[in-house]
Formats: sequence, C-alpha cells, structure tokens
Amino acid sequence: MSQAEIVLSAQGLVKRFGGITATGNVTLNLHKGARHALIGPNGAGKTTLINLLTGVLEPTEGRILLQGEDITSLAPHQRVRRGMVRTFQINQLFDTLTPLETLALTVSQHTGLGARWWQPLGRSTQVVERCEQLLEQFHLAEVMNQKTNVLAYGKRRLLEIAIALACEPRVLLLDEPVAGVPAGEREELLQTVAALPADVSVLLIEHDMDLVFSFANRMTVLVNGTVLTEGDPDTIAKDPQVKAVYLGHGEEMAHG
Amino acid sequence: MNQPQDDERRWQLWGLNSPQQALHNKQRWKLWEPVLWLLALASPWLLASHALIINEIAIVALFAVSLDLILGYTGIVSLGHAAFFGMGAYAAALFAKLVMPDPLVGLLFGMAVATVLGAVCSLTIMRGSDLTRLMVTLGVALILMELANKLDWLTGGADGLQGVVLGPVLGRFEFDLQGQVAAAYSIAVLIVLFVLARRLMHSPFGATLTAIRDNRLRAMAIGIPVTARLAVIYTIAAGVAGAAGALLAQTTGFASVDVFAFDRSADLMLLLVIGGTGWLYGGVAGAIVFKVMQDAISSITPQYWTFWMGLFLVVLVLVGRERLIRPWTWFGGKKK
Amino acid sequence: MLTILFDGIAYGMLLFILAVGLAVTMGLMNFINLAHGAFAMVGGYITVLLMQRLNVPFLLCLPVAFVGSALLGAVLERTLYRPMYKRPHLDQVLFSIGLTFMAVAAMDYFMTSSQQIIQLPEWLKGRTEIGDGPWMLGMGHFRLFIIAICAALTVGLQYILAKTRFGSRLRASVDDQRVAAGLGINVNVVFLLTFAVGSGLAGLGGALGAEVLGLDPSFPLKYMIYFLIVVAVGGTSSITGPLLAALLLGIADVAGKYYVPSFGAFIVYGLMIAILIWRPQGLFVRTGGKA
Repeated sequence: MSQAEIVLSAQGLVKRFGGITATGNVTLNLHKGARHALIGPNGAGKTTLINLLTGVLEPTEGRILLQGEDITSLAPHQRVRRGMVRTFQINQLFDTLTPLETLALTVSQHTGLGARWWQPLGRSTQVVERCEQLLEQFHLAEVMNQKTNVLAYGKRRLLEIAIALACEPRVLLLDEPVAGVPAGEREELLQTVAALPADVSVLLIEHDMDLVFSFANRMTVLVNGTVLTEGDPDTIAKDPQVKAVYLGHGEEMAHG
Repeated sequence: MNQPQDDERRWQLWGLNSPQQALHNKQRWKLWEPVLWLLALASPWLLASHALIINEIAIVALFAVSLDLILGYTGIVSLGHAAFFGMGAYAAALFAKLVMPDPLVGLLFGMAVATVLGAVCSLTIMRGSDLTRLMVTLGVALILMELANKLDWLTGGADGLQGVVLGPVLGRFEFDLQGQVAAAYSIAVLIVLFVLARRLMHSPFGATLTAIRDNRLRAMAIGIPVTARLAVIYTIAAGVAGAAGALLAQTTGFASVDVFAFDRSADLMLLLVIGGTGWLYGGVAGAIVFKVMQDAISSITPQYWTFWMGLFLVVLVLVGRERLIRPWTWFGGKKK
Repeated sequence: MLTILFDGIAYGMLLFILAVGLAVTMGLMNFINLAHGAFAMVGGYITVLLMQRLNVPFLLCLPVAFVGSALLGAVLERTLYRPMYKRPHLDQVLFSIGLTFMAVAAMDYFMTSSQQIIQLPEWLKGRTEIGDGPWMLGMGHFRLFIIAICAALTVGLQYILAKTRFGSRLRASVDDQRVAAGLGINVNVVFLLTFAVGSGLAGLGGALGAEVLGLDPSFPLKYMIYFLIVVAVGGTSSITGPLLAALLLGIADVAGKYYVPSFGAFIVYGLMIAILIWRPQGLFVRTGGKA
C-alpha cells in the first residue's frame, strides 16, 4: 500500500432519512492519483454517498476532509471550487446550449471569468483553446454547435464527463459513466476514462465489472449503506463475502 | 502548437466554423438590428402624429426587457415586478419636483432607488417554492401601493403626483407639446439599456444564468454560486424596471398609484410571453404588438379590454405560443 | 378587545372556507390557480340573483351556491384545467389570470360594477353582548352563524380526509400521484371531485362573505392575495395548516385595521413577507411531506 497522501477523506459518514439509515458509518479514504472503485448491489447507497461527498445532501453525522480541509459544511459550489467535481448517473446537461457553449461557460467559470459581464463568452483565447482541447479529447468536435438536447446518448454521456474535466478537478467522482451507453459508443467513453491524467484522483461507481477491473487499483464494497470490505481488486474478487453478496443478488462477479 | 491557419483549415474540413468563430457568431450584431434601432429613433418624426404611443411603447418595451432578464433567463416568476417600476416612477417624479428638474439625473436617481429595493427583495426571493416567490413579489407590490396611497403628503395619495415638470434633456432638448422629444428620449434610453443588457446576456455571466435556468443542479456542480447570481440579476432587473418607471413619470409629468397595480405586472407577463422570453427582443416585439392591440381594441370596446385580454391569455396558453404565431398549424396537423 | 378577537375568528374562518379548496388543489395537482376567487364570486352572485330575482330565502341559497360553483368547477376542470396540470407554473399563472380577467369582465358586463347588497334574514341580524366594559364580547349573529357553519365544515372535511376511503385516496394522490395510480386509484376522478368540492366551498364562502367582504366584479382580484397568503403560510400538506393560517390572518387583519387604521393593511402583507422569509415552505408543514 503506497504512502501517497490522502486527498479525500470521509470519516464516519452517516445519513438518516426519518427512520431509514441510507448511509451507516462509512469511512473512505482516497489517495492521490487513485483509481478507486466503489461497487455494490443496487440500492447500496453509492449515489447517496456521492451526494454526501459533494454537498447535495447534508450528513447526519461524520466529517469530510478535502486535502486536509474540513468541507462538511460547505455548499456544493464551494467544494467544486476546491477541486472536487462529479458526474451524474443520469445526464445533467444544459439542454438549450451547445457543447461548445457548455464547455465555454464551464471553463470560464472555472478560470474565474464566470462573473465577467462586459465581454462576450468567446473573447478569451485561453478559454477557447481549452474548449478546443476538450472537444477533441471527447470526440465532440463534430457536434459542438448542435443543441445538447438533440445529441445522441453516447455523445451526451461524453459531454457529461467533459464538463467535469473542464473544471480541472483534483478529485473526480464518476457516477456510472457508461450506464446506458450503447455498445457502439462505449469504446470512446472507456478510452477517455482510461486516459484521465495520472494526478487526478478518481472515485468510480460502476456496475460494469470489466471496466472496474481494468480501471481500478483499489475497491470499496458498499452494501446496505455500510462498507463491507475494502482492498485491492484481486483480493476483493476472491472474497467469499463479496461473492455471496453478488451471487445472492443474482449477479456474477466477472473475473478476478 | 498549430498555426492559426492550420486550425481554421481543420475546422473547415469538418464543415464547421472554428470554436472562436462559432462563439463570436452567436453574439454578433445581425444586420437588421442597427437598422431597427435607427428607424426606432427616427420614428417620432417619421410618424409624428403617433409620438405619444411611440413613447408608451418604448417604456413598456424597456419594462418588458427588465422582466425578461429574470423570467426569460432564470425562470423566476415574478408577479410584482411593477413594484420596481412604480418605485422608479415616484422616485424620479419626486426628484424632479423637490431636487432638480434635469431628466437624466432624475432617471439615474429613479434607477438607483429601484435597484436598492431590488437588492433588498432579492434576499427574499431566493428561498422557497414558486408559490412563495410569487407571494413575496406580489406582497411587496401591494405594500408599495398602500404606501403610495397612505403617504399622501408625499405622493399625492390616490390623486397621484401631479405637475412634474422637467428641464431640457442634456440641457438642450426641451420637451415639446407633441411629445416627439419625449419619445426620442425614451427610445434613446431604451437603446442604451438594451445594448448593455444584450452585452450582459452574451457574457460568461449571462451564460451562467442560462445554465442555472436549464439545470440548476448541474450549475451548482460546476461551481456556479447560484443564489448569488440570481440575486445579482434580480437586482439589475429591478434597476432597469425602475428606469422604465422613471421614464413614464418624466415623459407624462405624472405619477399615480396604478403604477403598482397588479394589472401592470400581469399585462407585462402576457406581452413578454407573446413576444417570446429569453431573447430580449421578445420584450420589444411584445410591447409593440400589445400596445397596438390595446389601442385598437380599446377604441372599440373600452371597458371590456380585460375580457379580451383574458381570453387571449387563456387561448395563448392552451394553444402554446409556437402554434399561435403559425396560423397554418391551427387546424389539423400533428404537433411535433 | 374580545369582540375584535371574535370578529377576527369569524373573518378567519370565512377565509379558510374560501381558501381551503385552493390549498388542496395546490397540494394535489401542484397547480397555482389564481382564478380560485372567481368561483367564490360566482357563488356570491348566484346568491344575490336568487334572493333578488326569485325571492329565495338566504339559507336555501347557500347550498345552491355550493352546488353551482362546484358544477362550474367540475366542468372547467374536465375541459380547461386538466391539460394544464403538467405545464410549468408560469403557464398556469398566465392561464388562471386570463380566466380571472374574463370572469371579472363578464360579471361587470352582466351585473354592473356596483356593490351587491344581500338582505340577511331577520334572525341573522342582531347581536348578543356578554359582559361589559373593555372585555365585552359583542357577537354579531351573522358572524356567529359563519363560525358555526365553517367549524362544522372543517370538522366534516377532517372526517372525510381521515376516515373515508375517498379521503385516503386523496391523501395518497397528494403524497405521490404515480404510486397512487399504480395502486389502482383513479387519480382523474380524485382530481375532478376535489376540484369541484374546493370550488363549491369557495362558492359557499362567497355567498357567506358577500355581507362581510362585499361583492363586486373585482372580488377575485381584491381577495386573491388573501387566499394565496393562507395557502403559502399554511402550507398545502394538511387542512389544519391553512386553518391556522387563515385564523392568524383574520385576527391580524381585523386587529390591525382597528388599532392602527392608517396602516392596517401593511400588517397583513408585512407579516406574510416576514413569515415567508423565515419559513419559505410555510408555517405548518409536516416534515418529510411534500411542501
């Protein structure tokens, strides 16, 4: 186990909704440059955990530390400013804008130009160049001027991730990036995920075990809102408890 | 590093403008725009007998643009926008009567007062549901109306504030009896504020507002401080509405309590929806259509203007604006 | 002072009956219906017409006002309102404002714009006084009547909601429409009945209120804000919320106009704004429910 610094630390996170405990005492540490997968059966609370980490939900108990700073009480947009960015399981895009406009505004916002009102959106060459980079990296160049709501699902998914990358995250939380993507468009997406910069720390939620095993160097298994176990992929794959959880739900662990 | 020509050629191969070009095109002035505005500015002389209604149209257009900044770009439904309009009107009228009769200074004062009110109100409308916001905005307009009624030593009460006399614009252009200078003054103010608003909407700030309207959750997730942005645009919109109100008081020489009336806010929403929200010209187009219609119908059935407007509203909403302006889709044919 | 309290309670109960339909419609269909006041106005005018043209006794007019408004509500719900449920709030606001304008103008045309006077039957005029001095309680008989009717209706509504099958269907539909439909509840029928009853109650309130609040074509616009206050402050997730809000509003308004006549109206608006800033979801919302 490397001694790399911990960039994101969730400590004893608990979330209760009335009588239901959606998240029970979860502790998770993300190391710098991590490729950390979060897996578990449906309803295990994976997205709830992401919502807690990003500030969309307020934890009932527990703390969250980002690069040593306690961000538990910060609003979502403030966490993004500090480098923690997420993607959504269901695409959350700006339907009336084009990919170019979407990325331009995201980059502007990130580089601190978001409040600028006297210059047109495309004035800054710095912003435009970064958009070009992203458009090419995510194979969105051909569709950059089409309104988002007419794009094919695969392209929308790519845009979903491109937006997150435009924020130059230090910690990236990917919520089921390939969910629902048709087979023909998956390859593009998988390549992009594999090509993420090495110093970005990634927490990946996925059901696709191929992707998980080819991508992750560390895994946490979440069941019923609590951490069942954590370790490197090989150990997890051979763990009888984990197998039971998955086989019990009718799913198969692909390979170890 | 590619040379700029290589970049252009690369995009051309795909049959596309370069990103720089594409973004530039979106906010570029189209040819018809300056033509439209020059014609507008000349209209008080080209259509001399209609100078009064041209003035009214310009004021309503400015008011509508201010509402569009909120409604069209952020989706907040405000039924009390007349509060800022009225505030600007009374402030400018009182300024002219009690301080100095210079129109431009009075205009700025009216805008400033309305902006302050907007800033205060923006604190309240950020929280709660659509209904809450509706209530608060409506409540503020009603309170101001009551105040205008009750503080009659200041505002003239139900009779309104009379005898507002203004000096010449820029020290040179006297307001004439036919209303031509007044109309030109209003149009000039409209143009200036319109250009500023347009610039605002095409800036990164404006883009973040559209993002908030389209998907507030995602806007937060890319670091946009949603509440703060909404408060800022609301305040700006209040200021612009105040400008429209100030123009009304200045060009008609009069301010009455019905500047706060619910009718005004309702009419405004109607005409903005007719003209189309979210593109600023909607306010201008809607103002022209609305005022012309109002003039025409009022001369036929003066008391029952409300009925026809109500009917129009119901039909407009049921049929949908897109189909309404395309009469060939009214009968048969499937809506896409 | 007790008299003020009494009058305030009467006023508040009247407002409750007028506004409860709106609260339930908002909670159930998530529809902002600014035309609600028009149904109240219809009930008022039905009563006036029956009494003046056909000499129908006042008491008999009340159920007729209820039924008349309810029928109108049912017809409009089925034809005009139903397509609007899924539309954004802006559209609903514009639509209902349009309806209101039409109703106001139509009434103005048919009934002229003058105030309508209702002659109360003899046994409802008059007043009973208990005690004397500053603590005297002066109870107008009509106001007593209003309180009695409204209290009975409130109890009846609570009973229907809590104890009948329709009530449980209604509550299920308010909580989650899709789940309710999935359970086999005919949501359309629930909507129709609820809207009709709500409009009917408004009509009844309009009939009762013609004497207290006045009746002229601008009634829907004048009182719209009051109904909306009751709903916004009281919340849409219960009946007791709007009831308490209406009582609060009624007492505040009457007391305000009595003690501080020059600023009476401000108290209501200012109080509303203050409450909504403090608790944007309304004062009486149960946690965990839909606001």
